[in-house]
Amino acid sequence: MRYARIFLMVALSVVLATQAFAAPDESQLERGHRVYQKWCYPCHGPGADKPGTASLAARGQKPPALEDRTDLTPAAIKIFVRHGVLYMPTFRKTEISDADLDAICAYLTRNNKK
Amino acid sequence: MLPPGVSAADFEAALKQFQEAVGKEWVFTSDEDVALYRDAYSPFWGEKDEILVSAAVAPESVEQVQKVVRTANIFKIPIYTISTGKNLGYGGSAPVLSGSVVLDLKRMNRILEVNEKNAYALVEPGVSYFDLYRYIQDKGLKLWIDVPDPGWGSPIGNSLDRGGGYLLAQYRNHFDSHCGMEVVLANGEILRTGMGAMAGAHTWQEYKTGFGPWIDGIFSQSNFGVVTKMGFWLMPEPDAYLSGTVFVPRFQDLIPLVETLNYLENTRATNGMPDLGSPLLGIPMISELARNLTQAPPAPAPELAALLAKSVAGESPELQEYALKNSISYWSCKLSFYGAAKANEANWEYAKEKFSAIPGAKFVQNESYKLPLTPEQREQVHKPQFGIPSLAMFSIGARSATNPEPTNGHMWFSPIIPRTGEAVFEANRVFAEAAKEFGLPALSFSLPSCYWERAFIYIFAFPITHDVETNKKNRAAFKRLVERAAEHGWGEYRTAPAFQDTIMGTYAYNDHALLRFHEVLKDAVDPNGILSAGRYGIWPKHLRGTKA
Repeated sequence: MRYARIFLMVALSVVLATQAFAAPDESQLERGHRVYQKWCYPCHGPGADKPGTASLAARGQKPPALEDRTDLTPAAIKIFVRHGVLYMPTFRKTEISDADLDAICAYLTRNNKK
Repeated sequence: MLPPGVSAADFEAALKQFQEAVGKEWVFTSDEDVALYRDAYSPFWGEKDEILVSAAVAPESVEQVQKVVRTANIFKIPIYTISTGKNLGYGGSAPVLSGSVVLDLKRMNRILEVNEKNAYALVEPGVSYFDLYRYIQDKGLKLWIDVPDPGWGSPIGNSLDRGGGYLLAQYRNHFDSHCGMEVVLANGEILRTGMGAMAGAHTWQEYKTGFGPWIDGIFSQSNFGVVTKMGFWLMPEPDAYLSGTVFVPRFQDLIPLVETLNYLENTRATNGMPDLGSPLLGIPMISELARNLTQAPPAPAPELAALLAKSVAGESPELQEYALKNSISYWSCKLSFYGAAKANEANWEYAKEKFSAIPGAKFVQNESYKLPLTPEQREQVHKPQFGIPSLAMFSIGARSATNPEPTNGHMWFSPIIPRTGEAVFEANRVFAEAAKEFGLPALSFSLPSCYWERAFIYIFAFPITHDVETNKKNRAAFKRLVERAAEHGWGEYRTAPAFQDTIMGTYAYNDHALLRFHEVLKDAVDPNGILSAGRYGIWPKHLRGTKA
């Protein structure tokens, strides 16, 4: 069992080393998706009743739904979540913790061009 | 920043005890962290009078709340309780007394029980409407919750601020729909109300009033305790839904329309929330507002637009003539029916019969659904009328296809007026005149909402901006509107901290007897005045008279 685990760790580090950038942690993506669904989707999901999406669409943002974007940065996402903008309020750490916020950033930047 | 009246040494000692009670990572003192507790829609944004927070503490259990409250009492730290802190437009997550420590109950987010057969739930303060809705959906329970618009607050927070929703009258009055509370008092003791006052009671969420004085009300819109649990009666999923709209042709028809509506609602012939509109004046019904996110309502024909501009308080002989000539109804009222499909149809027929006494009344039957809705139907309806939380209501001020100039938030002027057409006409005349007098944008005719039985409520939105001069002007106008409404016997039902003293001041019967009574209670149950000082005008003794 112990040798199998060591083999696995060596194999994994070889796989990671051959990529130019490490892939985001899979469980962090799942966490990001879950937290996004809870806190962000009701305003930023697709659909005619989502005021965040409607706001971005009215400003000419394409695509307007955040999950479809490939140009968001963690820095920008964090500013919006912690400072709000227009009708969007701030989110406290009892709602979206720093770790949750990192996970949302990982999720929303998952399709960014590397 | 120190809480007012607290020394640096005492504050440091208190913070240490808070950390021991809840864990270091759940006491927030850095500038960056306490900034998250500013009211995002503060009418004092960026001004020196903007309410700020000295720290925040986030317990996750009743025992931790007790420890925090006891510590606050020892060091006389003013604490201010929030549940989800989403009371935007009414103060958000910020306290009334600047420098307070916010007691953030968001982490207390357990759904303690949902009883499907007897249709009730028992929840903690941090449970949001979205949380409860998802829980019920995940478990496949045949229960509906009544949600406010927007729906991201909490049942406990919204009901304690006496907010409202969209289903049957007994559910959409959110405080009315509660059954049983648990409260941590200022001395750290736990109190349970209603049947909960009997240890081991089996009916805490089934019988509201228990025995002796029914004290639950004193914990709403007040600061007499920290509510840590509340029960709510939920609506069993009905068999079907039907809606129908009645249209009447003349300005004066609003009077018999409202009288008939009241009869139908008070006899429960219609059991959903009535929704008033005006096709002629272009006043959408509440259920139509969310559509504004993506499609602008059609602009009136130029001739009509000119007549509207010249009309006074929604009428003129020329406007009436135009309406009749072009068969455009003056008023509409959408009725909703929940129940057995056959009963809904029969009740709609009965409603039509009653409204037919108004000459020229017309009727359109709208959508009807067998329940539960399909996923496709869920995306087509006004969600709160089907117990589904939504944030679409932000269409009122957010940027959208129909609103290119968004604001930074809103605050509500929301007076209660009598349930009559005559009162609607009078209120519009008075508020239109007042708007002109106070330098506000011209107020077009406005219809009240039917959240509450037996009364109408007006809900005017004031914009919140990040411009100090505009906010100053709007605050002053808001206060004058409150006073003008009170002169006419129309009282405000709920408000943001910025106006709580002003509005409490309008409830002045017998030399402010009600406020004096609140103060007697405050001094008795919270002698150190540590709980939510100033909330709804109730100041602790040591601050009374220093606040205007």
